[in-house]
Amino acid sequence: MNNHPNLGVLARYADGGPGLDEAAVWSVEVHLETCADCRARLAGSTPDSIPALLDRVAVELDRGIAAGPSPVRVRRPWSAVHRRWFAWALLPWLVMTVATLGCALLLQRMTPGLPPLVLLLAPLAPLPGVAVAWSRRTDPAWELIAGTPAAGLTMLLRRTAAVLAVVVPVLALAGAGTGTSAALMLLPCLACTAAVVALGGRIGVRNAAIGVAAVWASAVVLPTVVTTNLSVVLLPGSVPAWALATVALVAFAATRADDYRRLSSRR
Amino acid sequence: MMRTVSAAETAPTTHPWAVHAEGLRVRAGRHLAVDGLDLALGTGVHGLLGPNGAGKTTLMRALATVVKPADGRLTLLGQPVDGRADLRRVRRALGYLPQQFGFYPRFTVREFVEYLAWLKEMPKTAIPGAVQRAIDRVGLTAKADARMKTLSGGMLRRAGIAQAIVNDPAVLLLDEPTVGLDPEQRLDFRTLLRELGADSCVLVSTHLVEDVVVACTDVVLISEGRLVHQGTPDTLIAQGGQSDAGDSPAERGYSALLRRHRAEAGR
Repeated sequence: MNNHPNLGVLARYADGGPGLDEAAVWSVEVHLETCADCRARLAGSTPDSIPALLDRVAVELDRGIAAGPSPVRVRRPWSAVHRRWFAWALLPWLVMTVATLGCALLLQRMTPGLPPLVLLLAPLAPLPGVAVAWSRRTDPAWELIAGTPAAGLTMLLRRTAAVLAVVVPVLALAGAGTGTSAALMLLPCLACTAAVVALGGRIGVRNAAIGVAAVWASAVVLPTVVTTNLSVVLLPGSVPAWALATVALVAFAATRADDYRRLSSRR
Repeated sequence: MMRTVSAAETAPTTHPWAVHAEGLRVRAGRHLAVDGLDLALGTGVHGLLGPNGAGKTTLMRALATVVKPADGRLTLLGQPVDGRADLRRVRRALGYLPQQFGFYPRFTVREFVEYLAWLKEMPKTAIPGAVQRAIDRVGLTAKADARMKTLSGGMLRRAGIAQAIVNDPAVLLLDEPTVGLDPEQRLDFRTLLRELGADSCVLVSTHLVEDVVVACTDVVLISEGRLVHQGTPDTLIAQGGQSDAGDSPAERGYSALLRRHRAEAGR
């Protein structure tokens, strides 16, 4: 509408529309939706009873709000619920891991003749937590979650990050306690976690964790314990090789997002 | 309680069927539970009937994109979901209530539905309002802040229905939703079903033939992984005669169809 309604029409509209037929009322309303000037003129030409009514309504509303219950503070839903469920499911496994590492540290300090237990156990530390993060048996709502758009590699990575956030500081402390370099402690740990995430899409995260732990135990721990010679992969000079392996495995795991989109019928 | 409808929702759809399966084969473990099923479902409430072991739950899981089909073509809302397709867009418009409804006992009903709404990637500002609306629709307003471990079986089932409808899905899959509901709650549920079936495709798997006949616009009968009959409840009733087993016309039609199907399969 190009022509603005005159003040008389606006005054009659504000008064409830006496003398205006429905078509005129509609056309005024449609015009007012888009024209700020006419809205200001409408505000100026309302009869005095309207502002008095609005004031009465405001007073009553304030009284009602003051007398009623105060609003409850809403916490952000996703942070609260992640803390609750996953933390409780993970707690026993984390306690077991920390206790095992603590015992290994004590043993290593007290009997210097033993092979470096903390270094041997470090890569296995986050694996129970990662296995629990994506397991049918520990997550009661697995079927519900598997059908949601947010399910997939991102969710597993978020939960794995929660596990690593607890395990990595403990490993760093244990490494400082035994005097081994932090890189030598942490890089095999990250490499094994990346391997579990990469393989878990195909064979199941729990099976992948068991497989990686078995490979590490048979290839590194067993020879070290039997021959009492530190395995070549744990010598300080192998840190660059571990760094390269970690980066390669993380990149490979990132490409495996497709495997996590759905469950296979067997798992 | 009303909600705003976006322009995208009122746009016309370009797919002929909401759910379209051709020669679908799905495994449950090693057993081929769904064996060459052809199904086309449009808007409305479809009741899924069948004897135990017919493959109803496996079919629901395949339609909810939880399990990948072994063979055949499956199209949901015009998008193919059987190959290596991007499932996130389809999953945002899905709602699923599994038969074994797993829940986190320490969550309240509201937190649980909010968590699922967040997993379904609803816009964050819309989540609280949608959660309240879903809880009101299933009649759990009084128990919205109670822990789930304190709820009875029927209330848990209703909480499961609430999480399935929170994102107003275009395809809603309910596996045995009336387990544990008392007769009055079943009546409320039938009203809810009719309301939902007005503009989305609802597939309800149930053993209660009376529920299907009263609340559903379409009956799908499957046996041993194959489609036996699809049609309105009147066509189901017309199949049965006085000599068939059953206490109501619908039950007689059901047993007549199964008897005929087994006779043909045996031949």
